[in-house]
Formats: sequence, C-alpha cells, structure tokens
Amino acid sequence: MSDAAPERKVQDKNDKRSTVNRLSAESVTLAYDQRVIAEQLSVEIPDNSFTVIVGPNACGKSTLLRALSRMLKPSQGRVLLDGQVIQSMPAKKVARTLGLLPQSSIAPEGITVGDLVGRGRYPHQGLLRQWSTEDERVVQESMESTGVAELADRYVDELSGGQRQRVWIAMALAQQTPLLLLDEPTTFLDIQHQIDVLDLCAELHEEQGRTLVAVLHDLNHAARYATHLIALRGGEVIAEGAPGEIVTAGLVEEVFGLRCQVISDPETGTPLVVPAARKARAVGVAAATEGS
Amino acid sequence: MKATKTRAVRIRAVRTPGGLSLRFDVRAFGVVVALLLAAFAASVVLVGTGDFPIGAGDVVRTLAGDGDAGQKFIVNELRLPRALVGLLVGAALGLGGALFQSISRNPLGSPDVLGLGQGATAGALAVIVLFSGNAGAVALGALVGGLGTGLAIYVLAWKRGVHGYRLVLVGIGISAIVTAVNGYLITKADLVDAARAVVWMTGSLNGRDWEQVWPLLGLSVVLVPLVLGHARGLRMIEMGDDVSYALGVRVERVRLLLMVAAVLLTASATAAAGPVSFVALTAPQLARRLSRSPGPNLVPSLCMGATLLVVADWVSQRAFGADQLPVGVVTGVLGGVYLLWLLVTERKAGRI
Repeated sequence: MSDAAPERKVQDKNDKRSTVNRLSAESVTLAYDQRVIAEQLSVEIPDNSFTVIVGPNACGKSTLLRALSRMLKPSQGRVLLDGQVIQSMPAKKVARTLGLLPQSSIAPEGITVGDLVGRGRYPHQGLLRQWSTEDERVVQESMESTGVAELADRYVDELSGGQRQRVWIAMALAQQTPLLLLDEPTTFLDIQHQIDVLDLCAELHEEQGRTLVAVLHDLNHAARYATHLIALRGGEVIAEGAPGEIVTAGLVEEVFGLRCQVISDPETGTPLVVPAARKARAVGVAAATEGS
Repeated sequence: MKATKTRAVRIRAVRTPGGLSLRFDVRAFGVVVALLLAAFAASVVLVGTGDFPIGAGDVVRTLAGDGDAGQKFIVNELRLPRALVGLLVGAALGLGGALFQSISRNPLGSPDVLGLGQGATAGALAVIVLFSGNAGAVALGALVGGLGTGLAIYVLAWKRGVHGYRLVLVGIGISAIVTAVNGYLITKADLVDAARAVVWMTGSLNGRDWEQVWPLLGLSVVLVPLVLGHARGLRMIEMGDDVSYALGVRVERVRLLLMVAAVLLTASATAAAGPVSFVALTAPQLARRLSRSPGPNLVPSLCMGATLLVVADWVSQRAFGADQLPVGVVTGVLGGVYLLWLLVTERKAGRI
C-alpha cells in the first residue's frame, strides 16, 4: 500500500482517463437525510474484476453500491463513470454501461419470464425502435447463459426463489452492460442456489469479461469467488485487495469483531474463515479485558 | 415490412428495413379493436335512443351527412354531443384510473378511492352554494377542486418519491376530509342550491352539449399522446424504483408528469359529467383481465372506460326512461357486478 500511493499521485497528474478505472467513488459522503453512513469514502472498482464488498451489518455496503449505481447522490464528493460525474450523464447512457440488480424488485402480475428479461432491453430501445432482432437475440442469449431459456413462457410468480433470481440476473444481462452491480444476490436462497448464483456470476466474469461488483454477506463466499475484496466497517475501507492477500484472522477480528482461524479452503485454496469455538472466544474476551 | 413471431406467441414485432420496430401484444390489440367496435356500436344505439327513436342505419346515415332535417337536428345537436361527452369522460376516467393504479401499484390507488372525485365535487359545490355560479363556473370549480386535491395528495404523500401504500392511505384521508366538507356545504345551502348540488353530485350526462365536448376533446388530444409516449417508462416503473432507475428511466420525472396528466384527465371528466363512480376503478381491472397482459394496459383501459360509460348510459335510458337514472348509478352496478363475476370465475380457475 505504502509504495503504491506515490505512484498513484504521479498517474493522477499525467492523465486521469487512461489510468483510472471505469468506475470509482472519490471521497464521497453518503447520507440518508441527516443520517450519515460514510464520510470521505474513496473506492476504485478495478476493471475486469469480480469485486465483492463485505462488512458487518450497517457498515454501508449496500449504501456504497447504491452510490456507485447513482441511486443515491453523494452529499459530498463524486462518483465517476468513465471519467464523468455519473449524475451528470444521460440516464439511458449510464444504463447501457452500468447495470444493477437491486434487492427489491417487483415482478409485475402475470408477466412471463421472456417478457421480464426483455424489459432489460429498455435502455437500448426508443419509441420507434421497440423490439429489434438484436433485442430478440440478446434476450435469448441472456436466458441461455443463465439457464432459464426453457422457462421463457412460464409466469415469473410460479418460479422458485432460485429460478426467479436467475431470471432477474438474466434481465440485468440483457441490458448488456460491461459493468454489473449486484446487491446481495444470494439473500433468501438456500445453500445450493447461493452457490449456483455465485457460479453464474463467476462465469459471467470469466467468460464474458464483465466487471462485477457484488455485496455479499458470507465472507467465505466472498473469499472464494472475488478477485478483489473490499472490507468495510463503519463507512470506512479497512482493507482491499485479493482475498488471498488480505483475509487474515486479524482483519476478520478488526472488521467483524470475530475471533477466528483462517485456513486454506481444501477445494480452492482460497482463505476459509473458521470462527473460533465459543469457549475459546470466551477465554479470548476474558484475556482481552484483563489486558486493558 | 415483415411480422416476426417471438417466443411468446402473443407478442409480435413489426419491423421495417430502416431499423424501425414496433412491438404489440396480439391479444391486447384484439381487445382494443373489439372495445372500439363495441363503443361505436353502443354510441350509435345510444344516439338512436330517446323519445324519438331512430334506427341504427338512420343514425349512421345522419352522422355521415345524409338524413332529413329533423333527424339531423336530433342527432347532431341533441344526442351526438351527449354520446361524445360519454365517450370522452369514460376514456379520460379509464386512462386516469389506469395511470393511478399503475403508479401506486395497487388497484385501490384509483381516483375514486383517492378522493379526486370528491375534491372535484367540493369545488363544484363551493361554486353552487357560495356563489350560485352558472354551469361554466361550476365546471371550472370542479376542475380547480380536483387539481387542488391532486396537489394535496402529491405533497402529503411525497417522500423521496411517491409510494403505493402511502399514496392510497393519504388519498383515503383526504377523501374523508373532503367528503365532510361536501356534507357541510350541502347543509349550509338553501333549498334551490342544495337541489342543484345533489343533481350535480349524482353524475350524469343529461343535457350535455358541444360546450362540454370541446374542452374535453382538446385536453385529450394533448394529454393522450403525452401519456402514451411515457407508457414504456411506466411499464418499467412497475418493477420498482430501483430496477427502473437502473434501466435508465427518469423515475420521478415520468411519475410526476403522468400523475399530473391523470389528475387533469380525472378532474376534467368530473367537471364535464359530475362524479361518475367506479369507472376509473373498474375499467383498468376489466381491461387487464381481458387483455391478460402485464403492464399498465393504458390503451385497453381507455377504450374500456369509454365503452363502459356509453353502455351504462344506454342501459340507464333504456331501463328507466330518458333522464331518469344518472349514469353513475349504472356504471357502479354494471362495472361492479362484472368485476365481481370475473374475480369469482378467476378464483375458480386458480388464478387470483
């Protein structure tokens, strides 16, 4: 970190566009009305990465994602997309570059899978260009790459939670954005479907070269799938980098306040966080209190 | 130009070599055509109905410019404007209702429930009771009352965007207040004014002429294309604010514009015909069930509103004699019964 900082400064002076990543937040202050969630927060999303944002509840992960996707306007600082302030860009232009899968989405009553996925084409359409052959092709492809093509004529409300999440991802894919942001895409899914959705994300990242940014609750999922991890606590970035480099017992304790061991995942070799047993934690707490 | 069949059999796209493409839902299109035919047929029959019955053939001939002088007078001066006001009021209520229900994502979020009708009534009553104004002033009062109520609902329900339940609850609250005001105004009125107020409040097409047609028509010519131009954005907003933002819809702008349009449509319809109950609530629900299409179903709702109102007017004249029963009573009964029947049969079929 320490030797990277001066290099960054030099780059900034020379040419901002060519060195800076496509999506970044520059010392943003994020607040809902008067409630400040984060102050002076700066984050870079490395191009072509699968970035995962982790942190305890109410650390500002989702808020950061909302700011990056221009749902929330920073009260100070700015979010840059391709060198431009994201709020100043035309809405449809942003929507062709950056997609978002929010936590709350409503499937309209009586809509079919194909129709819902087709709505992801909105930013590419206009009053006189409502449904081109290109639209049709992209929708078909999006459904195939998420494995919902055979459900095309089914009603969305008839599907299981896992299938439904795949359909929403397919809709976001049909938007054909090089950047895709996902807000807790595995919430409410059972373990098999969680892995299923994460595998799909990894595929999109590796095979289609999209830049993915996801907020995840499960640290082990994050460590296994992310190429770049951002650990937040109280609206501050505590650490960022490749999971193998930054996930340590010390970091987990600092960010989540949890004593643990970090071992190597027997399947993938990525860090695996194993919380300390209850008794061991109790001893640790006692020791810590004595020490202070 | 070629028509391509997409996955879902019912959605077709028409494309030109120049890269233009339009998509339409086959079934919804069929429903619109059927409703337009029904509205036309009902209007012809309605024009032929009255103390001097005229056959449907003669009505069409007179409308086309033939026919004897007596028929011309009766058709063009007396009955055609009434039928046109019926069509326009029904269309405006159907479209306004569809807009409100879609924006609030709730069938209860329709102008009837939100108190826009009562607001327009309050405006009209104020003019009748406090100023003993003429018909034009009463219509203006109704318009102002409706717009004022719409504004109040928007301001009170606005909190980082208008949300469904909030809108409905605020609307119900406003509706209760305005209803109380209406009751107060009636008790304050002297006998003549009170009688006039009650007649206005029942909502009818009696004695409507070209004076009511032109403003409504003018407003519709401006508002309907404006609304339909934003229909695609509205379809996206139905999936939630976040999703539609992510898709590049300027959510607040589209929603505010459509709400203003819906308030204008509803208020002007009420100004022209009085508070005709239930059309704004029922027409979009009926249209949606006939078209079986997701989305706001704006055009089918518009056509359904027009058809419903004209058919209701004909039924009221036919069953109870001319000018006996206000059309608002019949729309309530007809629309309500049909909606209940649909809900019951759909319940049996396993759908909601």
